[in-house]
Amino acid sequence: MKRHRLSTRLWHWINLLALVILFMSGLNISNAHPWLYWGQWGFQPNHAWLAVHRWPDWLLIPGYYNLAAARDWHLLFAWVFAVGLLLYMLIALANGHFRRDIATRRREWRWQEIRADIAAHLRLDFHHGKGKYNFLQKLAYGLVLFILLPLMIFTGMAISPGIDAGLPWLVDVFGGRQSARSIHFVVAWSLFAFLVIHVALVLLSGPFGQLRDMIAGGRVDETA
Amino acid sequence: MKRRNVLIGLGAGLVAGCSKVGESQPMRKLFGLAEDLHRKAQRTLSGRQALAREFSPADISPTFRGNGTTNPVDAAYAAHAAARFATWKLAVGGLVEHPMELSLEQVRALPQRTQITRHDCVEGWSAIGQWTGPQLKTILDMAGLKPETRYIVFHCADKFGDTPYYESIDLVDAFHPQTIVAHRLNGEPLPIKNGAPLRMRIERQLGYKHAKYLNGIEAVASLDTVAGGKGGFWEDRVGYQWYAGI
Repeated sequence: MKRHRLSTRLWHWINLLALVILFMSGLNISNAHPWLYWGQWGFQPNHAWLAVHRWPDWLLIPGYYNLAAARDWHLLFAWVFAVGLLLYMLIALANGHFRRDIATRRREWRWQEIRADIAAHLRLDFHHGKGKYNFLQKLAYGLVLFILLPLMIFTGMAISPGIDAGLPWLVDVFGGRQSARSIHFVVAWSLFAFLVIHVALVLLSGPFGQLRDMIAGGRVDETA
Repeated sequence: MKRRNVLIGLGAGLVAGCSKVGESQPMRKLFGLAEDLHRKAQRTLSGRQALAREFSPADISPTFRGNGTTNPVDAAYAAHAAARFATWKLAVGGLVEHPMELSLEQVRALPQRTQITRHDCVEGWSAIGQWTGPQLKTILDMAGLKPETRYIVFHCADKFGDTPYYESIDLVDAFHPQTIVAHRLNGEPLPIKNGAPLRMRIERQLGYKHAKYLNGIEAVASLDTVAGGKGGFWEDRVGYQWYAGI
C-alpha cells in the first residue's frame, strides 16, 4: 500500500499551486486599500484596526500593482482551490483517509501522551506515532483542513456583494463584511505560517524521502 | 534534494511567468470563463431576485466616501452644478419604443424607493448610506424596451481625459427592485462627490458599476459597439471584470 494515495498527492500539489497564486494575488488586492476594519463598514485609516504593510512587487501576482489583473488570477484560482478542496474532502471521507489518518483517538488526548509527543518533536524525532501521523501532526492537518481552508472560502464569499444578497447569515457569522475581510487576511497569513512550519518540518525529517513520497506515493513503513 | 530544487525552480518560474501568462489569449479566456461561472453560481445560490441587505438608520456611516471622480472638471458640468442642476436632463434612448428626456423634477415625481445599503468598493472598503430615487424598472417600462434589448448602458458626465465614464448591466440587474436612479443620499440632494445630481445604485455589485453623474440610459442588444466594447470605462481601460458581484 502506498503511503500517500494518488488523490491526496494530486490535491496536495494542485492546492499548493492554487494557494500560492491566491496568496500573492491577494497581497496585490490588499495593496488597493491596505487598511482592515471590523463590522460592516470602514473606509479610511482612522476606522482601521490594522494598517497593513504595502507589499513589494516581488511578492505580487502579477509582479506589479494591478488590481484588475490580480482579481482575474484570484477569482480563477478561487475555483481551483474550492472545487479541489471539496473533491478531496469527499474522496477522503469515502475512502476513510480522514477517519484512519487524520481523526485523533481518545487516548491521544491524554496529557501524558501530548507531553511525550511534544518532547519527541523537540528531539526532532518525527517517527514516533502509532498511525501514519503523530498527534500534533493530526492536529495541525485537522486545523488546516477543517478550519483554516474552509474559512478562506467562506470569508471570501462573505466579501462578495452578490453572495451577501442571498446568504446574509454568512456575513453575520463573521460579524459584517469588513470583519469577514479582516478574517480572510488573518487566516491567509495563518496558512502562510503553516506553510513555513510544514516545510521546516519536512526539511528536518528527511526532505528527500518526504518529497519523493508526496510525489510518487511511497510505501507504508511497516515498523512505524 | 535535486527534486526539491527542480520544484522550487518550477515554482519560481511559475510566479515570474504569471505576469506574462496573464496577458495571453488563452489565459484571458480562462479568466472570462471564471467570471461567467461566478455570475451563474451567485445567481443560482442567491436567486436572481434576492435583495441586498437593507440597514437601519442607526447603521449609516458618519460620512459617505467619494471615490473615482469626485468633482468633474468639465465646464458644462460646472455650469450645471452652479445652476443646481435645474436644466439637467436624463436621456433615455437606444432600443426603446419611446425615447425620452427626463428633467430632475420628472425623476423626482416618479414613485420613489428609499433604501439603506452597504456600498462595497472593488478596493475593499465599505460605507453605508441611504439612497432615494425611482426604480430603473419604472423608467424602462415608461420607455418600453424593444425585445432585442440585452443590456442597459449608463452614460455619465464625468470624463477621464477625453473619455466619458460609462457602465452597463444586464436585464436581471436592470429590473431588480433595488436598482434605482438615486438623487438623494442620507436625506439630502446627492453631493457632487457622490455623483450629483443622479447616480445608479446596483446594490449586488461593486461600486464601479454604480455610475455617477448620470445623463443617459441606453438600451442595447450588444456591448461590442459601445465605447471600448467591454461594457464599462474601467473594463475597457484596465480590464476590470464586467460582472462585479464578487
